[in-house]
Amino acid sequence: MMTIFGIPAQALFGQLLLGLINGAFYAMLSLGLALIFGLLNIINFSHGALYMMGAFVAWLLLTVLGAGYWTALVVAPLLVAVFGMIIERTMLCRLYKLDHLYGLLLTFGLALVIEGVFRQLYGISGMPYAVPKELAGGWNLGFMYLPIYRAWVVMASMVLCLGSWLLIEKTKLGAYLRAATENATLVQAFGINVPVMITLTYGFGVALAAIAGVLAAPIYSVNPLMGSNLIIVVFAVVVIGGMGSILGAIVTGFLLGLVEGLTKVFYPEAASTVIFVVMAIVLLIKPAGLFGKRS
Amino acid sequence: MAEPEILLSVKDLHAHYGESHVLHGMTFDVPKGEVVTLLGRNGVGKTTTMRSIMGIVGKRKGSIRYGGTETIALPSNKIARLGLAYCPEERGIFSSLSVRENMVLPPVIKPGGMPLDEVYQLFPRLLERANSQGTKLSGGEQQMLAIARILRTGAEMLLLDEPTEGLAPVIVQHIGDIIRELRKRGFTILLVEQNFHFAATVADRHYVVEHGHVIDMIPNEHLAANMDKLKTYLGV
Repeated sequence: MMTIFGIPAQALFGQLLLGLINGAFYAMLSLGLALIFGLLNIINFSHGALYMMGAFVAWLLLTVLGAGYWTALVVAPLLVAVFGMIIERTMLCRLYKLDHLYGLLLTFGLALVIEGVFRQLYGISGMPYAVPKELAGGWNLGFMYLPIYRAWVVMASMVLCLGSWLLIEKTKLGAYLRAATENATLVQAFGINVPVMITLTYGFGVALAAIAGVLAAPIYSVNPLMGSNLIIVVFAVVVIGGMGSILGAIVTGFLLGLVEGLTKVFYPEAASTVIFVVMAIVLLIKPAGLFGKRS
Repeated sequence: MAEPEILLSVKDLHAHYGESHVLHGMTFDVPKGEVVTLLGRNGVGKTTTMRSIMGIVGKRKGSIRYGGTETIALPSNKIARLGLAYCPEERGIFSSLSVRENMVLPPVIKPGGMPLDEVYQLFPRLLERANSQGTKLSGGEQQMLAIARILRTGAEMLLLDEPTEGLAPVIVQHIGDIIRELRKRGFTILLVEQNFHFAATVADRHYVVEHGHVIDMIPNEHLAANMDKLKTYLGV
């Protein structure tokens, strides 16, 4: 059997793939968080719950309406985004002038409420969601077995992240967003309806979380707690990448997924803490984060 | 000669920043096609007046009419769309945008704005530096950009808050040329200035502001005759 540094290649590549998958979810979630924090000044603690809602809506669409994976991939993010935009219009919009702490408390409370409701309705044992038949099976690459669905998740996440980055950095709409993140008052004084832009940006961030949820449904079971298990790591990713940095969130997300995967191979005991160790080191050396600007 | 048409009319304007009451009944008119200055010492409320007109001050009361429309209760994006454009004192150049992106950021609100190539003719330096990051420009260039980007939107009235502040004399002179050129092209301009020597070279009339209200109006042609009075007002 082939080995690398004394580790069987199968195990190494298997863990790297797992790391890449986790990284894909970290990237999609931290991208949304960074966008929302940049423009709304809100640390969106309900992001994990909205990710979970994405998965649950997909599961409900299938079990109640019989709508399949591909429909869910489009419909679930839209529904969850509308839910998010209602939250923004009715609650979050009152907090923009207050300290960050208020937004954090409100969204944390919302996360508990949303998770509580799903827990009450569906329990915590988790619902299975089958891999769509188009993406079932896998390829034997010789050195490892690659499930097609996992390859699809990594691809889809990369395309979504790259697309979002292009939208923000290279288009007129993105220029409005970047400018409003710096100085929303002036952008509005140029005649742009900033409140509507804020609502849509929140909706976009939430939709990214919900898409991640749908993508996750066939990999992990659909569970009311799936978001809270993930969200703490995602916050660490955002801090490491630099609060509010879009590129930072994407790159750091994938990178830390890989770091986590590698740690599982070489020193499994540290796998669940390695990201926080990295966070502590980054904060000591570069407090603004790897991609953050000093403010 | 017929009375000039009043484009902007401010009456009994009061404004607050948190607890502090900054404007105490500002009243003045800006006739269409004129360059009008607000002169006064630091902290008398000139910038607050500008911000109140644009609708970006927390609390304001009184009346601000633009082209006959009452704007006191409108959000700032709606006020801008009536035809007002704002160049803030801190210039407001966006560091995450290139010079070109900064230039085309303010949306076109009406037809009749200056075409982009004419704007670049007035400010050729900005075309040379189009790909630079906005805040990598020198102070003078940033000021040019802050003025240039509001010319193509179709706004008829420009609010320029201390465009000469902290700039070298040769650049101040250039900004003076620009303001005279803009007046010739029909823009109405409200200018906040501390430097009345500069103001005298560009303006049609001056309002003297003290303690949050207008205490005097001096037409530019009477400025020389009123120089002693003005110096007392401004404490120079």
